[in-house]
Amino acid sequence: MEERVLSPFPPGDYDVVVVGTGPAGLQTSYSLSRAGVGNHALFSADDAPGGMFRRFPIFERLISWTKPDAPCERHSREYERYDNNSLIADEPEARGLVAGFMDRSFDVPARGEMEAGLADFAVRAGIQARYGCRWTGTRREEGGFVLETTDGEYRCRVVVFAIGMTDPWTPPLNGAEHATHYVDTGSAESYRDKRVVIVGKRNSGFELASGLLPWASELTLVSPRAVDISVLAQSPLRARYLQPYEEYVRGSAGTYVLDGSIVGIERGADGFRVTADATTWDGRLAFAGDEVILATGFRVPLGDLRELGVVTVMNDRVPALTRFWESVSVPGIFFAGNITIASRGLAKDGVAANSSSVNGFRYNARVLARHIGERLGIEQPRPKLSGEEVVPLLIDELARGPELWIQKGYLARVVSFAGEGISDEGVVPLEHFVDGGGGADAAAVAVEMSGNGTIYPAVYVRRGGELAEHELDPHPSRAFDGDSYRRDVERLLRPLLALG
Amino acid sequence: MAEVQDVLARLSLFADVPPAQLEAIAHRFDEEVFPEGERVLRKDLRGSGLFVILDGEAVVRIGDEEVTRFGPGEFFGEVSLLTSEPPNADVVALTMLRCLVIPGPDFEPFLLEQPRVLYRMLQAEARRLRNTTEWKSGS
Repeated sequence: MEERVLSPFPPGDYDVVVVGTGPAGLQTSYSLSRAGVGNHALFSADDAPGGMFRRFPIFERLISWTKPDAPCERHSREYERYDNNSLIADEPEARGLVAGFMDRSFDVPARGEMEAGLADFAVRAGIQARYGCRWTGTRREEGGFVLETTDGEYRCRVVVFAIGMTDPWTPPLNGAEHATHYVDTGSAESYRDKRVVIVGKRNSGFELASGLLPWASELTLVSPRAVDISVLAQSPLRARYLQPYEEYVRGSAGTYVLDGSIVGIERGADGFRVTADATTWDGRLAFAGDEVILATGFRVPLGDLRELGVVTVMNDRVPALTRFWESVSVPGIFFAGNITIASRGLAKDGVAANSSSVNGFRYNARVLARHIGERLGIEQPRPKLSGEEVVPLLIDELARGPELWIQKGYLARVVSFAGEGISDEGVVPLEHFVDGGGGADAAAVAVEMSGNGTIYPAVYVRRGGELAEHELDPHPSRAFDGDSYRRDVERLLRPLLALG
Repeated sequence: MAEVQDVLARLSLFADVPPAQLEAIAHRFDEEVFPEGERVLRKDLRGSGLFVILDGEAVVRIGDEEVTRFGPGEFFGEVSLLTSEPPNADVVALTMLRCLVIPGPDFEPFLLEQPRVLYRMLQAEARRLRNTTEWKSGS
């Protein structure tokens, strides 16, 4: 009881409340503090930091890599491009922490190593959180919200839900009740010599199949959507879990990866019978299994937020979000973490941001914190630049800026040219810049990827309210700080620099 | 909100697509919601896609002038994809707008895989062309 009394952030009034102590909650709390929003609370129902990494992935290996050694110092900003798993900080001692826990048996961390890195970040970055405090309900109130929790009521102007996509989601399937969801998958040994049918061919489906390859006697993966190798080439999934798919493509016995819409799952005397209508050819498929696992994904545990008016997308699985990750229908309710994938941005050529993984959403959280700070009237720093500093800054960002390289086509570095001089506006969503971003004369740079996987630098120039888009040439070693790029950026910005 | 697949099944564009393939389409492409007033398609900006309206209304604007409106079941963005040129107008959400988005690089393969959708799209284009012609001839 005494410990509870000493817990930080007791129920009460705050400017901002952050719910969740996984990577997104920790990063958001850290970034809010740096954005001057000191009066915020952070709590979760868990009893320690780490969020979903305290439990998932089931087969213990992440899909996103970290290089413990890189051509730059581990605690530098530049190192962030070599480390897709650590949270980000201003202080060197709180940067690049996950690498320190990796035993180097793989290029990706184990679940426990990731969890340890997050806990270490909380300590080194001095993040306080109230644990064991469960959010149970939400009300609107004049000027904000009331969050009901097991510890009492929190009043706030703005709330950030960093609660992950953690509720098992099952599509309406005949016989789904006979199957086990991914979250309830048993130990690998428990599938020894069994025929296992996995419904789903995204990350979790292939993760299970890969983990069960040494144990199951037969594996069948089925879902309506065909595996698209061209998409997978740009995904970490390819390197990590594609062995079951490769086995199937080669015609190896005992592993099948099929495109079909499930008609039903029936229980019989000797196991299950799964039927599916093929989606990439005509016909009906039927296969037998001793176990059926639904790797059909997750949804956000929104609690009563739908009743509050939060509109959702993706078959009601995630909230529909603005470019600053605010509910499109309930202003003041923001989301952080892998939920931010619901804000697609420009998605030029259909290329998605990395917002569903730590490497991407850690930057979203920092942009979000600045945005919330401004919403609350806390002015954010916008360092003044001389005319000579502009092109070197933008060229350096194009060549090395981790936000731009990891959130391709999604986050941009912006410099404004207003009456009072030239300002470094920092990193903002590219979509925000393109659609006005305040309307002043300004330039933005972004690293983009085309539909066929070509990576190139892009420069956007707004002058007199007119926006121009310039896509520069790619480079085989992605050296976007070469002379030709410098000349291009100088040429494109010349009219603005003449004004500034 | 109903399942995306069920909404698609009610749209004439997808009227000839069998349920299993409709489910695959709903799995393959993302649904996106735009708040009122937000730009969906941007004049002169490359790399967009085909937007099929599931719910809500959108307006085509050139400058401050409203050119036309689109409602549930209608689509936009195809002209830019077919001509490989950036859109020549903005399309803005008039209400909260829910769309299925088929990214540009997927547009041609998708239509070739689904010739009945292609035919329905051509019919819709023909109706748009006829309406424009009738409007221009004053009939």
